[in-house]
Amino acid sequence: MHHVHVDHWSRGKSLLHARDPRAKILALLVFLIVLATTPANAALILGIDAAVLVAGILIAGLPLVRLLLRAMVVLPFSLTFGLISWLAGDRLRAIGLVEKSYLSAAAVLLVVGTTALPALLNGLEKLGAPRMLVLVAQFIYRYLFVISEQAQHMRLAASSRQGDPRFHRKGRFRAAAGALAVLFARSYYRADGIHRAMLARAFTGRFPLLNSLRFRFSDGVFFLAAAAFLILARVQ
Amino acid sequence: MTPLIEVRGLHFQYEDGTKALDGVDFTLERGETVALFGANGSGKTTFVLHLNGILRGEGNISVCGMPLSKQTLPAIRAKIGMVFQDSDEQLFMPTVLEDVAFGPLNLGSTPHEAIHLAEAALEQVGMQRAAGKAPYHLSAGEKKRVALAGVLAMNPEILVLDEPSTFLDPPGHSNLVHLLKTLPQSKLIITHDTHFAAALAGRAVFFEKGKLVADGPVDEIVQQFHWSYSALPDDLRYSAQRRF
Repeated sequence: MHHVHVDHWSRGKSLLHARDPRAKILALLVFLIVLATTPANAALILGIDAAVLVAGILIAGLPLVRLLLRAMVVLPFSLTFGLISWLAGDRLRAIGLVEKSYLSAAAVLLVVGTTALPALLNGLEKLGAPRMLVLVAQFIYRYLFVISEQAQHMRLAASSRQGDPRFHRKGRFRAAAGALAVLFARSYYRADGIHRAMLARAFTGRFPLLNSLRFRFSDGVFFLAAAAFLILARVQ
Repeated sequence: MTPLIEVRGLHFQYEDGTKALDGVDFTLERGETVALFGANGSGKTTFVLHLNGILRGEGNISVCGMPLSKQTLPAIRAKIGMVFQDSDEQLFMPTVLEDVAFGPLNLGSTPHEAIHLAEAALEQVGMQRAAGKAPYHLSAGEKKRVALAGVLAMNPEILVLDEPSTFLDPPGHSNLVHLLKTLPQSKLIITHDTHFAAALAGRAVFFEKGKLVADGPVDEIVQQFHWSYSALPDDLRYSAQRRF
């Protein structure tokens, strides 16, 4: 599964992995702002941004080709909007949209691939992201695997009863819709079970944190260097 | 001597009107292990969910001499360690260590103390090597052990286990029996597995339609209610000679 690979990457040991998540999140924010404000025809700046990303991936020891391929997940969406802009006659905007969305996705993957999710969420919370949002993200990540496994079992069960080709054609959509409803209901009951298990272990409504983050001098240097380089490249 | 758990006249009805518990009386003495038998839907899980105040019915419950109330709830939840049937519902934190430390942190331990307690509990169940793993990388038996470590880290006096042998293969089943035998806590075990119960419990109670209808030695209860998979009538047993 996709998130299992990324989880595996995030447990690595490199200079980038060792940085405090807040430094990486802030550097990502600067990267995204610089990218968003770069004109679509500024090939040199976009090239520098792409080079920064590639350097980051190599320093982190992540598989370059696989990460760049995974970043393509954003293309179906950006290509659709790019096509609309192209057909409307704004070719430059169309190219910019595809380029920037792809580089943004790769940058996010680089940060997620070098930061274990608990630390990433911890960092987001320390930077002021709403706690409830962070908790929801944590639970979605934890139970994505369980729910997808249930979905696979249901797909197998449905396939094993699709002997009649007519059913295969006509009933496929209905079966998928029914499975989705069942998954939703099961997730609801599972949430109830998880809440009970939390209460049984003295949960009082506030999630305790085991690891406290430490923003070191080197994290500050990393952030300032990355931000300064990206901003200078943009304004030159 | 005050019993560890004392329940008198417990009644509970779900919102849809289903009467789940109908006047249950129960006592658990210190050092005892009791098996809870009964058909699906007979009220066993509903009963144990009352012991630490997750469900609230009518009747009197006291744990370690403390009457169950809003004020005593945190102390009672520290005394009763509950291991749920589905380990995936119990292991909700991103890593095993964080999950096992969840209870101690809620009870007021510092992160340093919680890590120490979590590591000790993981060692107790033989899962210390899994501390940094994500729960979804574990097998069913490993998940069960980690779920058990999660409650042992809270140093409870009573362990409540809901269908602990479900989803376990035979080696996992045996390992769990051996592990539970080494734990000094008093135990309440909900199970359909009479062999599992006989290996661990000296006493059993039988639930039927929300009532506790029998209380006695495991073997007697099993015989009285024909409560065993091995008690199949001869005509239902598989025979290689028989042609269907």
